[in-house]
Amino acid sequence: MIAVIDYGMGNLGSVYNALRYVGGEAEVTSEAAAIEKADGVILPGVGAFGDCMANLREHELVEPIKRVIEANRPFLGICLGLQMLFSESDEGGPHEGLGVIPGKVVRFDHDLKIPQIGWNQLNIKQQCPQLEGVEEGSYVYFVHSYYVVPEDESVIATTTDYGHEFCSAIRRGNLFATQFHPEKSHDVGLRILDNFRRLVQAQ
Amino acid sequence: MLAKRIIPCLDVKEGRVVKGVQYVNFRDAGDPVEQAAWYNEQGADELVFLDITASIEHRGTMLDIVKRTAEQVFIPFTVGGGIRSVEDIRATLNAGADKVSIMTAGVQNPKLISESAERFGNQCIVVAVDAKRVPREGRDDAYLGPAPDEEIEWLVHTHGGTQPTQVDALEYAKRAEDLGAGELLVTSMDADGTRAGYDLELLRRISESAGIPVIASGGAGNVEHMYQALAVGKCDAVLAASIFHFREYSVRQVKEELSARGIPVRL
Repeated sequence: MIAVIDYGMGNLGSVYNALRYVGGEAEVTSEAAAIEKADGVILPGVGAFGDCMANLREHELVEPIKRVIEANRPFLGICLGLQMLFSESDEGGPHEGLGVIPGKVVRFDHDLKIPQIGWNQLNIKQQCPQLEGVEEGSYVYFVHSYYVVPEDESVIATTTDYGHEFCSAIRRGNLFATQFHPEKSHDVGLRILDNFRRLVQAQ
Repeated sequence: MLAKRIIPCLDVKEGRVVKGVQYVNFRDAGDPVEQAAWYNEQGADELVFLDITASIEHRGTMLDIVKRTAEQVFIPFTVGGGIRSVEDIRATLNAGADKVSIMTAGVQNPKLISESAERFGNQCIVVAVDAKRVPREGRDDAYLGPAPDEEIEWLVHTHGGTQPTQVDALEYAKRAEDLGAGELLVTSMDADGTRAGYDLELLRRISESAGIPVIASGGAGNVEHMYQALAVGKCDAVLAASIFHFREYSVRQVKEELSARGIPVRL
């Protein structure tokens, strides 16, 4: 069973639908117990960083999430679910994040349009099970104004160019998180979700 | 590199597609969900459902379409038409739409833009700017717009472009951005339905002053028009209905032609 964490931030239906479409068994939940006993966990997120973190705290989900990641359980963060893994974000802040990945979340600072909205390409930096079958240069769907800057570059799984190169996905063992939205990225995104489902199943 | 987006638009009336793709092999050519799935397979980057339902009673029908589309189409899609309140927006997003397009209600009640952007995030609020050219001398005296050093200007029109207002389209675009719009959907009411090309001047003026993405709409008759909206109009995406409706081009053909002319697209 894959737990899709519901903490009151946005519509989780698309993640749930896409997961079901690739054959995953999923439940949307805000219960710490359900999350801790799930075989895999997905942390989605839309909205402002500070609000998302506040909601996670209010639902008392910070420690359960850290424990799941600590135990190297398959974990997928999406969009804000990537950013919140970091130490802190500049968005309306600074705001403290989960601190699972040392580094910062910063705003694009160039004269291209912000937010970046649309399909952009992946430069693959890590061969990993989560990206199996995803080709160099594949297009995925982004909507964001901020991006992550990990202190340890070895966690970078993909980069993307928007004004400059930025980290568009991280991976450390079974922890994987994307700035883009796999649930909205057509075949490439479904492939990534299917890879995650298989990783969960293989545990 | 960020790709320019190609967005087919389906006009939906009382749950049926009235302007969408004409395709003989559909089991049910009027089914919006089936058409959405077909565009998805063709490589559309996003989809727009424009609800032109006249009566309130059929609003629930649109939500059902949204829900069924979200179960099988894994690209972003937007619902526009008839969105009047924060409650309408919540219902549409909860049904599975990624974005809503705010049209008439945004002009009548600009607070709807700021309130909904704050509540649901800028990324899901697309503000429609339906603009029509008017000779500057013909404007209403009550209008206080930019200095009259040009012969034409664009005024916002509401209710599907049928009702003129005294709101300057370029100013409205700027204001919508300040209020928290994530994208602008700019339609030329002069060009819409003519298939003679987008209003490039309107697009360029709005796109150059906007810090958020601009979607061109109204007037596409061929790929050259789309190329111009992107290259000359400087837009980030092009929306089209009839060019796909009559099956003159598939989405893939459009993308291949644009790509050959140096426009970055997702193929």
